[in-house]
Amino acid sequence: MEQPMLAMKNISKAFNGITVLDSVDFSVRKGEVHALMGGNGAGKSTLMKILTGVYTADQGEILIDGKPVVIKNTDDARKNYISMIFQEFSLIPTLTVAQNIFLTREDKTSFGLLNDKECVAKTRNLLKELEVDIDPNELVGNLGVGYWQMTEIAKALSQETKILVMDEPTASLTKKETEILFSFINQLKAKGYAIIYISHRMDEILEICDRITILRDGKHVATEDCKQIDLDMVIQYIVGSGMDKAFEWVEREYDKTASPVLEVKNLNLGSKVQDVNFNLYPGEIVGIAGLMGSGRTETVSAVFGTGPKDSGDIIVNGQKQNIKNASDAVKAGLALIPEDRRVQGLVLEHSVKDNIMLPILSKMQKGLLIDDKKANKVANDFVKKLNIKTDDIYKMTNLLSGGNQQKIVLAKWLANDPAVLMLDEPTIGVDIGAKTEIVDVIRELADSGKAILVISSELPELLALSDRVLVMHEGRIIKELQRREINTEEELQHAIQGF
Amino acid sequence: MQSKDSNTTVNDTVAVGSHSVKGFKGLDWRDYIVYLAFIGVIIYFSVTLHDQGFVSTDNLLNIIRQTAMISLMGLAMTFVISTGEIDLSVGSIAALSSLTAALTLQAGYGMMGGVAVGLGTGLLVGLVNGLLVTKLAIPSFLVTLGTMGTVAGLAMWITDTAPVPIVDSTFNFVFGSGDIGPVPILLVWTVAATIIAHILLRKTSFGRQTLATGGNESAARFSGVKTQRIKLLVFLGSGFMAGFAGLLYAGRMHAGRFTFGEGDELSVIAAVILGGTSLFGGVGTVIGTVIGSLMIGTINNGLIIMGLDVSQQMIIKGLIIILAVAFGKKAIKR
Repeated sequence: MEQPMLAMKNISKAFNGITVLDSVDFSVRKGEVHALMGGNGAGKSTLMKILTGVYTADQGEILIDGKPVVIKNTDDARKNYISMIFQEFSLIPTLTVAQNIFLTREDKTSFGLLNDKECVAKTRNLLKELEVDIDPNELVGNLGVGYWQMTEIAKALSQETKILVMDEPTASLTKKETEILFSFINQLKAKGYAIIYISHRMDEILEICDRITILRDGKHVATEDCKQIDLDMVIQYIVGSGMDKAFEWVEREYDKTASPVLEVKNLNLGSKVQDVNFNLYPGEIVGIAGLMGSGRTETVSAVFGTGPKDSGDIIVNGQKQNIKNASDAVKAGLALIPEDRRVQGLVLEHSVKDNIMLPILSKMQKGLLIDDKKANKVANDFVKKLNIKTDDIYKMTNLLSGGNQQKIVLAKWLANDPAVLMLDEPTIGVDIGAKTEIVDVIRELADSGKAILVISSELPELLALSDRVLVMHEGRIIKELQRREINTEEELQHAIQGF
Repeated sequence: MQSKDSNTTVNDTVAVGSHSVKGFKGLDWRDYIVYLAFIGVIIYFSVTLHDQGFVSTDNLLNIIRQTAMISLMGLAMTFVISTGEIDLSVGSIAALSSLTAALTLQAGYGMMGGVAVGLGTGLLVGLVNGLLVTKLAIPSFLVTLGTMGTVAGLAMWITDTAPVPIVDSTFNFVFGSGDIGPVPILLVWTVAATIIAHILLRKTSFGRQTLATGGNESAARFSGVKTQRIKLLVFLGSGFMAGFAGLLYAGRMHAGRFTFGEGDELSVIAAVILGGTSLFGGVGTVIGTVIGSLMIGTINNGLIIMGLDVSQQMIIKGLIIILAVAFGKKAIKR
């Protein structure tokens, strides 16, 4: 057996007496892409933070090329050629690409001043070598998300690196950008880097990774060759038991003769949304598929009044609505769960309860004051109903995991009992366990008679949920498919690409 | 991909103006609003006040003299605001420093003693500000609001509001009153400090890390920037320059006085923001600050020559600042 480039042995870590990692073994070979998977709270990030020196392990050792090393802080990690690409980007939007890449490591002139020309030249070479087309003098803030990612990687590689950790690198990338990233990762692999790839997206992992290690509840569950493993096995390992049917489509029963609850007619917004028409029926789940930039998000925000529209009618339950802002939309019985829940959906510094109460404060009033008993009851009911994992309803939402945050956003809008629920990428950045729960909640809501519109870039999820799929391409709905007519994910993929 | 500009021409000289490093096609006039506004103001007064002597060398040099202290404090404030912080205590520091310097001179410790104590006073307050912001994590707005009051009180208390005359003619010459040939010494100080500050911000690791800290503090920290140290340093710098401004007030007026620098913090912050430095941090321009300061000074000067009274001056000055910032809005957004 070849000696691994990195071996973490018997790593344990506890916070305040609670064990987060329990004697975990993890190793990566040279030229290998190794996936690290597990639900939220499984210990992936803690393990990587120990590797990169953010935390120190209570017990265990780290070996690089067979030699034990001590990593006490991020500087130590750097010295041992370990770099991490963070999920929350570590770039400064107000500096240029070259300035970011060489921040704190700039070349100096003989007078000790910054030699930006040299840094720009080096950056240009680096980017050329990596075959990335970015202007070193462009401000990072002006770059698209995909290029942020590339810049981030270029930054990591500008220092001598052997081990590269990527945390959810494709979370905000389009299909095209993901492809570019993958060919890039393959290049790095060929050059002999050891890459640790953290992701929730199974299809990607099976495509790009050589081996996969799965953690659950702070313990090492399995390390397998990617060629010898399939989706069901991985899900089995992650959830432990009985969730393998999560992403299977269930043909749902609903009244197909009812009159539509939402009608959108001739919706237009420049070239972004062109002549969009669709209906939603009570109890129905409709998916919108399309590439990023195909007009999906613009369409729902125009319907909801949070985005602009040039023309178009929104009709709810046969009544034409004049929706100018979100508050009009809520009154009309619509709800939208936006794409970026952290920015648009939650007040992160507020408690679970306060967040759930926000849209329904007026219903909780008793005279001029908030009826605390009633509010607590409503909040507690939602926590129970949606299985939100929190100590109590007073916990700050930024202390919860992504999946639980998303459930709170759901609760927040359900509290208002909307007739139509629109969800933009409801499971982005959420672990598989929470994902299946969210899928279940959405199905339950539809069963209770609500009309649901889901935007998702994850086709398995879209296929699992939808009764009907609208395919958008360059601002138009180019296809409307009954779920029954779609046999495979590939068929839908083709439709999305505009063929 | 909206991100890629096809024009990759790099215009290095743009660095003077602001954060923008685009080619000529990507040039955004809003980045240069303060320069355009400044030219506009000069032209307007030159035409309307030509006969009252606005364009005379004497008057123009006078504007330089009147704005020197604001400019110098603005230079340091540019760094403070670039990190996303603020320093409200500069005006009070200038007053206290003018007094401590004057008292030291009066006590016979000589010019060097006076200068050292004046600057030391500024550094000390800056250190207190910086430590409170970094060690206790109190927002700088509150910390410096507190020190602004405390230091102003100290300045009144130290001599029981009495001014302290300065008879050291060398001190008075070097710090404010002197002219080298036709050039006021205040202009020399302003130009020298501007060049140093510009190089510091654009060409040194300290400057780059200052901008990085304000651009995204956690990202900067992950990149190895010692953001707390940077913040401490910018507050030290701000205190030092405010102390220096105090020396200049003292030298120019031949006295230390608790009223010097009163309300300067607002003019200084206005100059910095007008110049194009982002109130949210991450974007800073030293040259812009000096132009911003000169513009405020020019407007003041022009309005006085026009014969407007103080109340009218204040109204017009306020409106011009709001207009300029509103037009240059892009610059203060992320």
